[in-house]
Amino acid sequence: MKEALENLKKLTALDGVSGEEKPVRDYIISKITDHVDDYYVDNIGNLITYKKGTGNGPKVMLDAHMDEVGLLITLINSDGLLKFRTIGGIEDRVLVGKRVRIGENRVPGIIGFKPLHLQSSKERKGTVDKKQLTIDIGAKDKEQAASKVEIGDLAAFAYDPVEFGDNKLMAKALDDRVGCAVLIELLKHKYECDIYGCFTVQEEIGLKGAKTSTFQVKPDIALVLEGTTCYDVPDTKEYGMSTVCGKGPALTVMDRTVIADRDLLRHITKTAELNGIPYQFKQTITGGTNAGKIQTGGTGAKVAVIALPCRYIHSPVSVMDINDFENMIKLSKKVLETLPASITLYREQGGKEYV
Amino acid sequence: MECGELLKKLNDIRAVTGRENMAAGKIAELFRQYCDDVSIDAFYNVIGFKKGQSENPGNVLITAHYDEIGLIVTGIEDSGFLRFTAAGGVDAKAIGAMEVTVHGKKDLFGVIGVKPPHLIPPEDKDKGIKMEDMRIDIGYDGEKARKLVSIGDMISFNSPAQELMNNRIAGKSMDNRSGVAALVEILKELQKLKHDDNVYVVATVQEELGLIGAICATYNIKADLGIAIDVCHGDMPDAPSDEAFPLDKGVAVAIGPIISRKHAKECIKIANEENIPYQIDPEAGDTGTEAAVHAVAREGIPVILLSIPCKYMHTAVEMVSVSDIVSTGRLAARYIAGRSKE
Repeated sequence: MKEALENLKKLTALDGVSGEEKPVRDYIISKITDHVDDYYVDNIGNLITYKKGTGNGPKVMLDAHMDEVGLLITLINSDGLLKFRTIGGIEDRVLVGKRVRIGENRVPGIIGFKPLHLQSSKERKGTVDKKQLTIDIGAKDKEQAASKVEIGDLAAFAYDPVEFGDNKLMAKALDDRVGCAVLIELLKHKYECDIYGCFTVQEEIGLKGAKTSTFQVKPDIALVLEGTTCYDVPDTKEYGMSTVCGKGPALTVMDRTVIADRDLLRHITKTAELNGIPYQFKQTITGGTNAGKIQTGGTGAKVAVIALPCRYIHSPVSVMDINDFENMIKLSKKVLETLPASITLYREQGGKEYV
Repeated sequence: MECGELLKKLNDIRAVTGRENMAAGKIAELFRQYCDDVSIDAFYNVIGFKKGQSENPGNVLITAHYDEIGLIVTGIEDSGFLRFTAAGGVDAKAIGAMEVTVHGKKDLFGVIGVKPPHLIPPEDKDKGIKMEDMRIDIGYDGEKARKLVSIGDMISFNSPAQELMNNRIAGKSMDNRSGVAALVEILKELQKLKHDDNVYVVATVQEELGLIGAICATYNIKADLGIAIDVCHGDMPDAPSDEAFPLDKGVAVAIGPIISRKHAKECIKIANEENIPYQIDPEAGDTGTEAAVHAVAREGIPVILLSIPCKYMHTAVEMVSVSDIVSTGRLAARYIAGRSKE
């Protein structure tokens, strides 16, 4: 467990904005080579690993995405400031006053904002519009800036993980380095079924990597390991919180992209109850995960999502509970260990639903 | 210490306005090696004294505030989240997802929470956020939070100094640690120069709450000339071009009703003679700086205002250029020494 947390911290310190996941992928490869039978990187950049099972269980895919939300440099202004667009969903207000690092060389920059003193009364009461924000790397003009940064470079938040409070961890990119760290941990063990551990790319811009990974693996069953929304902050109605930090890993019943397979979900909740592992159901149906692509991407798969509640997700300071993380590892491991005995595939039932 | 290194160190010191006792000792330590005497007054103004060489010296009083804007705890929820309000001019729009330190019984790490885009209903997208609706997450439940935090505890932003291109540095408190760095530059320069006048450099408190430290300092030290050092707006997109000054173009020398025009002109003359880069900062009102306090202290003190251009003021990434601090220090010191020739 200690090693898993260490991996998570190191993973969140790396930059892997959608489309440039290499630093994250390289780290993961260094951690899994000794534990898998085979691995390769596909055309889009997914890391697909294979671990032969000890028995004849179904083909199981485990998915965690390597990418994180970030920024794309779109223009270098004549004054040396950089215009950008967001990659993935980042709230405008979250960008203000933040430290970023740009491109492979991690050029430091900051996102400034018009001082209160210079704002009109309308601006004071208004909201932040990201179209008006720029990244400042200290350059005096376009030429200077262009010597350090190119249009098309990606920028990531420059925030280091901090453990604080009661067993809490603050970091950027918990979505979905959490899933990556859990998957690395799961691959250390042997299971009865064949496991395809897929570390995927470009989830944040519309579940791109999972489409090609699923095409290649064609799983029977898939577990998606995610970081999910959590807003258990005072004055939030319970149904709007999505999940509660510290109450265990969250299971998705339905979201924008998928309805979790009923049998698989039952298997997960039963496993949790049998082993005394806390869990919760995600209360909102917003957002989507790779499960949406995986269920239809191959020959059709039973899918479920096990996710870690992350407060302030898609910001540089997301917060999680370390107990939740440990319980997510425990639960997913137990689920995999007991999988063949508990799940019957529809196709083994002649395609008919069994009750 | 080189000016940029010093500025980074100063940025990382925490002195939320009204609680400068957190840092007064550190500032005093900084002055000590260049001064004949260093003292801290009842308000935690830090006063460095450098004796003049004339038998009948005048007194020059230079102030730069060392407090920073921050937040103050106004409530502790049963769930352990903290309510807060601003200490100084904090823009609620600019603090979402910010790392902070809560100065409770011990220093506690926290973050200012933001709702993820997935959970914001479309009808709320265009609504401004109010500070009273925001919370700080320190990762404790209510019981533990209440043991560690009290209402009234101060909160500072975590924004370590970030060096950028052209020796420009961004951080949480360039307003006005860059002024404090300029005070040190002045003291360093004065080591090399002869000056008839006694020089008092004062790092002042509670500027962000209404120039409070300077009010005490300008009363207690009877000066013949006042010099206020602060930041002015650095040039940035969408800022009025006559109110914002480009970085790296030198110190901004103010001209306006409350500034002594005579002294400002003398200062500009010195800048021209010594080839010190400067720009003119026309100030129609009272400048909003400590110059306003000097001008009406006691019987009235002739005052000049030297400003360091600072981009993105009152955000956690205020940015200044070290070259402008150096030119501020050089100009003030040369001007003080130049008075000896009269």
